[in-house]
Amino acid sequence: MSEPGANGDYILEARGLRKSFGDLEVLKGVDFRVRSGELVFVIGPSGSGKSTLLRCFNRLEEPSAGSVVVHGVDLMARSTDINAMRRRIGMVFQSFNLYPHLRVRSNVTLALRRVLRKPRVEADRIAEAALARVGLADKADAYPSELSGGQQQRVAIARALALEPQLVLFDEPTSALDPELVGSVLTVMRDLRAAGMTMVVVSHEMRFAREAADRVVFMDDGCIVEEGSPEEIFERPRSPRLREFVAEVTR
Amino acid sequence: MDLLVETFFNLAIMREALPLLLRGVLTTLALCAVVIPLGFAGGLVLAVLGTTRSRWKRFLLACWIDFFRAVPPLVLLIFVHSGLPFAGIELTAFAAVAVAFLLNNSAYYAEIVRAGIESIGRGQREAARSTGLTATQTLTWVVLPQAVRNVLPDLLSNTIEVVKLTSIASVVALPELLYAADMARSVTYNASPIVLAAGFYLLLLWPVVRLLSRLEHRIAG
Repeated sequence: MSEPGANGDYILEARGLRKSFGDLEVLKGVDFRVRSGELVFVIGPSGSGKSTLLRCFNRLEEPSAGSVVVHGVDLMARSTDINAMRRRIGMVFQSFNLYPHLRVRSNVTLALRRVLRKPRVEADRIAEAALARVGLADKADAYPSELSGGQQQRVAIARALALEPQLVLFDEPTSALDPELVGSVLTVMRDLRAAGMTMVVVSHEMRFAREAADRVVFMDDGCIVEEGSPEEIFERPRSPRLREFVAEVTR
Repeated sequence: MDLLVETFFNLAIMREALPLLLRGVLTTLALCAVVIPLGFAGGLVLAVLGTTRSRWKRFLLACWIDFFRAVPPLVLLIFVHSGLPFAGIELTAFAAVAVAFLLNNSAYYAEIVRAGIESIGRGQREAARSTGLTATQTLTWVVLPQAVRNVLPDLLSNTIEVVKLTSIASVVALPELLYAADMARSVTYNASPIVLAAGFYLLLLWPVVRLLSRLEHRIAG
């Protein structure tokens, strides 16, 4: 891997990340860097630690050791306001996690209003713009339960985008969706990439990875085994474990 | 048959007792207006405190809640009203009832709200925290509104019990509905005021019971 010219090149820089749950070590010292505007795909068998890794990037999961620096700010430092940093790191979950008691608009405005203290009119305007971006401007008054899974996930993306994050983490964003609904979510992610959004995506959508990723990271057993361009990873896997994995998922 | 009507459904006596009983109804309503919000607020506070990560704080809280659920409310009331004066703490009948009910009800409401909080999946909390909400903001805007909604039938059911329980205030001579009715009984030498009081409780609670069963159906269905 090429060395960074300056530290500022990286929007996210994690070093030596370890995470244990009891006796089980899920992350065994992972280094991970993302440049501004990059779309990095993290793949690997289930239980390889990729979701845990992603969740360490906004400290939803507390790393047992190691450092995470986002936009030059050390997330692990005592003096860091983690809530302020999380606003700049969007996250999209496998199970959407929309607030079922709130309308779509309020799902998007909650943090704008309660955290950023924006007045209702301004928050609503931002929410409507974010919803338009994911093609759901007409669903602002609906409740999440009235939407399809694909629409719910797009609302969740809008909720993250409304805070103008510098980085969005996607934790298996299409895994809970019926196959025919996956496309709409991937389309939104494609648009985001085209707009220059920095994204880290944990996913099993290998076709999307091939087509859209700048870089693919293969994890197994709590370690990064191999990383490279989609062509390198999918066409010329070097390690036996990746070869095996690629054969399995492209079968 | 006449004797039965004369003793229990004597309209002349009921009419005579009515003003006294209406005043009793007002006192009961005033009591409810104090003890229900107070008990629920206390329950919310206890339930929220119960979300602490500290194990020993949770243990202390559980002891507190268990204790006040186990002590009979009548014992608690008489202790507060007639026992505390021995320690120099004298409360009016109304204040004594309010304190005893707060201690008792909040423990019950707390258990219900706790169950509600536990019914909210981790994902809700994580989603809120990932957008920068603090733990307290997450609880206030995301977890509690859903938690309370999920246990609304239980909260309502407990509230019905609280309303009924206000009748024990009669033992400390607080002139609520039952006390008024029993006074009317002793003055008129007739049981009809008690029946009338039961009628008032029914009138008060029946709409709530209907609402509850509709809620339960809606949730079940």
